[in-house]
Amino acid sequence: MILEIRDVVKYFNGFCALSDVGVDVEEKKIHGLIGPNGAGKTTLFNLISGMYDLTRGEIRFKGTCIDGVKPHLRAKLGIGRTFQIVRLFGFMTVLDNVMLGSHCKTKAGLSKTFFRFSIKEPEEEKATRENAMRWLAFVGLSHQAHEIASNLPHAEQRLVEIARSLALDPDLLLLDEPAAGMNPHETEELISLVSKINQMGKAVFLVEHNMELVMGISHVISVLNFGGKIAEGTPAEIQGNSEVIEAYLGKG
Amino acid sequence: MAMSFYLPFMTGQISLGQAGFMAIGGYVSAICSVKWGIPYVPAVLIGGVFAGIVGLILGLPALRIKGIYLLLLTLGFGEIVRVVGINLQYVGAAAGFPGIPYQKYTLLYAYGMVLILIIFFSRLSRSRMGRAFQAVGSDEDAAEIIGVNIVSAKLLAFSVGAFMAGIGGGIFAHYQEYIEPLMFDVMHAIEFLIFTIFGGIQIFWGPIFGALVLTFIPEFLRAIQEWRMELYGALLIVMMIVRPQGVIGLDTVHTLNRLFRNGLGKERA
Repeated sequence: MILEIRDVVKYFNGFCALSDVGVDVEEKKIHGLIGPNGAGKTTLFNLISGMYDLTRGEIRFKGTCIDGVKPHLRAKLGIGRTFQIVRLFGFMTVLDNVMLGSHCKTKAGLSKTFFRFSIKEPEEEKATRENAMRWLAFVGLSHQAHEIASNLPHAEQRLVEIARSLALDPDLLLLDEPAAGMNPHETEELISLVSKINQMGKAVFLVEHNMELVMGISHVISVLNFGGKIAEGTPAEIQGNSEVIEAYLGKG
Repeated sequence: MAMSFYLPFMTGQISLGQAGFMAIGGYVSAICSVKWGIPYVPAVLIGGVFAGIVGLILGLPALRIKGIYLLLLTLGFGEIVRVVGINLQYVGAAAGFPGIPYQKYTLLYAYGMVLILIIFFSRLSRSRMGRAFQAVGSDEDAAEIIGVNIVSAKLLAFSVGAFMAGIGGGIFAHYQEYIEPLMFDVMHAIEFLIFTIFGGIQIFWGPIFGALVLTFIPEFLRAIQEWRMELYGALLIVMMIVRPQGVIGLDTVHTLNRLFRNGLGKERA
């Protein structure tokens, strides 16, 4: 297991957002996470990436407990994520955004930046840029590298965000509704992109409302409702699960 | 000549304490050269380092607060420095600190300093830490998630900004030959802030441009004496409405780059 979530409980001022949730994400698999709005999916993501502290329970990454570890250190451990609402650094270029992705894998500090007597670009900077360009090519956006990030159409901004999190070379990638606001054609490209990422040996944990997408590529799916896990299984099992159908459509 | 523009801004920290840091740099370097006979360049550097250290200490609590609260904290800090200056007999209290050795080439030093800062910032904008500073300024949470240590980035920016202001203070003290606490009041910090915002906060050329233009405009307007400050104010208002990102924004640089590239392309063809 690359990620083990055990009996996680999260309260927001008395409101119980997650109660005793346990999910295991296997290495090199695509794990889907679905559930109606407000079920606690994004909360769970925020707990994994360290934006919130959990109230009770335990989250283990690659076998070590990461409770209380700062978000930037979790990134260094190999957890990458994208956001439900795209969060690029708007007035920086696309390339700069992706280069930032490998920030914690590189070292150059202020003094090294300044006390340097050659005009040539430093080795590390060059490597960072080439790495970023590779990931931009991977998501098919090489031609936009020098554009200001906020000038890109929505779907492309999302791809930049994915490239940025890949530049970190994570072992686990958390994608929070990557297909939100994408048209069917763009969604299809996204599906093939996610499988490609998975084929590179990275585990993907995916929150998604687009059933076609999530049923199509997930190996395992967990279902949340009102902060609790109500089902888990293969896409086929989930589709036939009466409790899941009830959560989505109400009692017949 | 006022020359100080600010790194903390990049990480989204607005500091009104820069006049305070300038005062520390000015006073410390003045003490160094007057009381201890240390030569000009090391004296100014010591002043800068001292301001930087104070910046580091002040930066620790400053990290926890944002926006208007940070503004108040740094404002308070600036006032503390000024009042300490007024009451400290060792540096002449309110009467000021006279007899700082005049440096013949002080303007050259000042311009040299600007040049060094330009090199620094142009390198910074294409470096790992520079990108991190911008990222933290743009979206702290997202920056942290992708692996930027925002605590150290902000602290670094804050103290290096203080160091620069300290150096500016040292040069200023040796230019004026005399300093008093009143020279470092909050209005000056606000003036620097206006330079920065007027010129543009997205890229380091902005503050330089802002400082140049806004220092000279009142001089040019001397002809219409009574009205010049009103005109100056009006100019700022118009600016903020027409171009809130400052005169020089990223788009300016973008356009210039494009023009430059196209020019080169034509030459080759």
